[in-house]
Amino acid sequence: MLLEVRDLKKVYEGRQRPVEAVRDLTFGLDAGDLVCLVGPSGCGKTTLLKCMAGLLAPTGGEVLLRDKRVTGPPPGMAVVFQEYGRSLFPWMSVRDNVELPLRNKGMPRRQRQELVAGALAAVGLADAHHAYPWQLSGGMQQRVAIARAVAYQPDVLLMDEPFAAVDAQTRADLEDLIRDLWRELGVTILFVTHDIDEAVYLGQRVIILSSSPTVVREVLDVDLPDQRDQLTTRSDSRFTELRSHVYAQIQAAKRESTVGSHDAARQTDLARQVLQ
Amino acid sequence: MTRVLTRIGLALLLPVVLFAVWWFATANSQNFYVPPLREILSTFPEVWTGQRLRTDVLPSLIRLAAGYTVAVLAGVALGVLVGGSRRVRAVLEPVLEFFRAIPPPVLVPVIMLFAGIGDTMKVVVIAAGCVWPILLNTVEGVRAVDGVLADTCRSYGITGEARLRHLVLRSASPQIAAGMRQALSIGIILMVISEMFAASNGLGFTIVQFQRGFAIPDMWSGILLLGLLGLALSVLFRLVESWALRWYHGQRRVQRGRS
Amino acid sequence: MTRGALGLSGLAGLLLIVEVLPYTGLVSADFLPPTHRIAAALADEIADAGFWLALWDTLVAWAVGLAIAVVAGIVAGIVIGAVPVLRALTASTIEFLRPIPSVALIPLAVLLYGTQIQSTLMLVVYAAFWQVLIQVLYGVRDVDPIADETARSYGLGAWARVRYLLWPTALPYVMTGVRLAAAVALVLAITAELVIGAPGLGSRIAVAQSSNAVPSMYALIAVTGLLGVTINLAARGVERLLLSWHQSVRGEVLV
Repeated sequence: MLLEVRDLKKVYEGRQRPVEAVRDLTFGLDAGDLVCLVGPSGCGKTTLLKCMAGLLAPTGGEVLLRDKRVTGPPPGMAVVFQEYGRSLFPWMSVRDNVELPLRNKGMPRRQRQELVAGALAAVGLADAHHAYPWQLSGGMQQRVAIARAVAYQPDVLLMDEPFAAVDAQTRADLEDLIRDLWRELGVTILFVTHDIDEAVYLGQRVIILSSSPTVVREVLDVDLPDQRDQLTTRSDSRFTELRSHVYAQIQAAKRESTVGSHDAARQTDLARQVLQ
Repeated sequence: MTRVLTRIGLALLLPVVLFAVWWFATANSQNFYVPPLREILSTFPEVWTGQRLRTDVLPSLIRLAAGYTVAVLAGVALGVLVGGSRRVRAVLEPVLEFFRAIPPPVLVPVIMLFAGIGDTMKVVVIAAGCVWPILLNTVEGVRAVDGVLADTCRSYGITGEARLRHLVLRSASPQIAAGMRQALSIGIILMVISEMFAASNGLGFTIVQFQRGFAIPDMWSGILLLGLLGLALSVLFRLVESWALRWYHGQRRVQRGRS
Repeated sequence: MTRGALGLSGLAGLLLIVEVLPYTGLVSADFLPPTHRIAAALADEIADAGFWLALWDTLVAWAVGLAIAVVAGIVAGIVIGAVPVLRALTASTIEFLRPIPSVALIPLAVLLYGTQIQSTLMLVVYAAFWQVLIQVLYGVRDVDPIADETARSYGLGAWARVRYLLWPTALPYVMTGVRLAAAVALVLAITAELVIGAPGLGSRIAVAQSSNAVPSMYALIAVTGLLGVTINLAARGVERLLLSWHQSVRGEVLV
């Protein structure tokens, strides 16, 4: 397994009392996977992602990348953050933004230039090399961040709700971009989102999380064809079934955290029925 | 193009008007201390060109440049160190606020104790006065480095010197520039004051000599020169700043347009 | 440890370093006397009526100069702001008039007023005036054009527009200007006293220096620093108090 999360637990030391954000998470990604992580809002998705990226130390459990324990940001990982406006260096041109991590790796100039040009072309920004990021629209800025991650040639690409702050049409384009990049370049992607449709549309597998304190509620295989597009896939009846199932699970998760577990059990039943 | 010309015209109009008012208000001045502007302007070239430019104006400017450079380097370096750690910041903040609140010219007598009355004293005085606004602004700027950008750097393994160069200094640079701008006017003041205290050459020294010798038009021409110097340095600073921080000004314009 | 405790430990550290440094031989005690001697000199100063007189003189020059500068700055700023022609004229120029260093006026002040308090006042007013004026102009520029048009369309006269539109908009900027001016006024008051010899803390420092009373000199410098800190804190406090009602306590414009 390429990336493994085992018994991960994260407790924040709150002002009054400790807050348990992530209780016990175990799952894994194989090389070449495209997995979506979806859960109710406020379920500790970002916490989980930061722990996986080595930006946050877990309270318990471990994250393994190629069987090596992650203790700090590992070299084989790239992260795309939700806040595109704040994750790009405003004082660097688009090209320099993409190139900086490569330069930092000590990669020779020629290879760097090739990778940067390739990555920018792949995200459809071949003619924006010299612009500053803030001169671009939000969606284009996020493309730059994706190009930077792709050029870095990571083993795993972690994406933290990357499209939550762009408008719906741009979002659809960017989703297709991710599918294309994944199929063409064979990168392994873990995509965190709170959008159920997005999770089902993008993923080969969808990991459904519970409310905080977070556990894995279900791992769902998405048995849709690999060739997906916004029009046919989204109107596919199987797509509708899957998204309804995920929706019911998330609703159940939400209810579980507020009401007793009896109600939740009913919702889980409902979720099962939907899939049959 | 016409817009640029209009703006230049408007910018020049006020000084022209002020000079005209000065010219006519003093045209028939009998006041010994306030000579006609005509007289001041006619003294100006003979006083400040040639010999004096080399023996007085240039040494002053060199001392200013040296002291200012030292202050910028020291202020930014210390600011990065202090700003990088919350604990260090909490310990040093009151001390730094205290030093900043001391009127810089009172440093002159102190530094004269250590450094005598030579060029070293003047350079140290200028550096010691200019360093505080730069230091404190750098601390502020370093403290305010964006969290997402910092995480981005960490996840791409950009640490140590590369992080300092590409993240910390760059993102603090608008604040550093603001501090440098404050420091520049302090530097000019200290350049003059340190020469008024003890010197054998320099702008401040010469102007005081004129005053003591009751060479009133000459003294006024010196005041005028200091004004022009302040103006020139501030224009120069602004040009360099708007070039170096074009990304910052551009980004601010975009943000303001969107909100 | 809390922030306050850490800050206090920093100040204590400074006092300790100054106490120890002369004994290490790194600096001569003639140039930097140990803390306890500076403290003793400070105690002597406090017991001396002359010190209080000097402090009073400095504060009077500071307060009077600041008051004149604030009133003049506000009036000039609002007049410029209310008259479109003047506004256009000053828009890009005013910041360039300020860099004329206040100390350039020292020889003139000496000629005109000698070592009297007016010398100090002249420098204080000149330097503080710009701080206020520039902030007021920023404030005036901040008036919402739509609000201004609305006011005009309801037939509000010039005075009413100043009273109900311009002034409330500019007030936070005015307060920032006053705060900055208060700090600058103190610096200039003490500078003028030091260089010209007008009565006050500055000239007392000059006397201490010329009579080689090094510990007293340090003690007096420390007093000027404390005075500066006090004025900064007080100005911030007043600003917060007066503007607590204002929906947007704005950050100052970095100029």
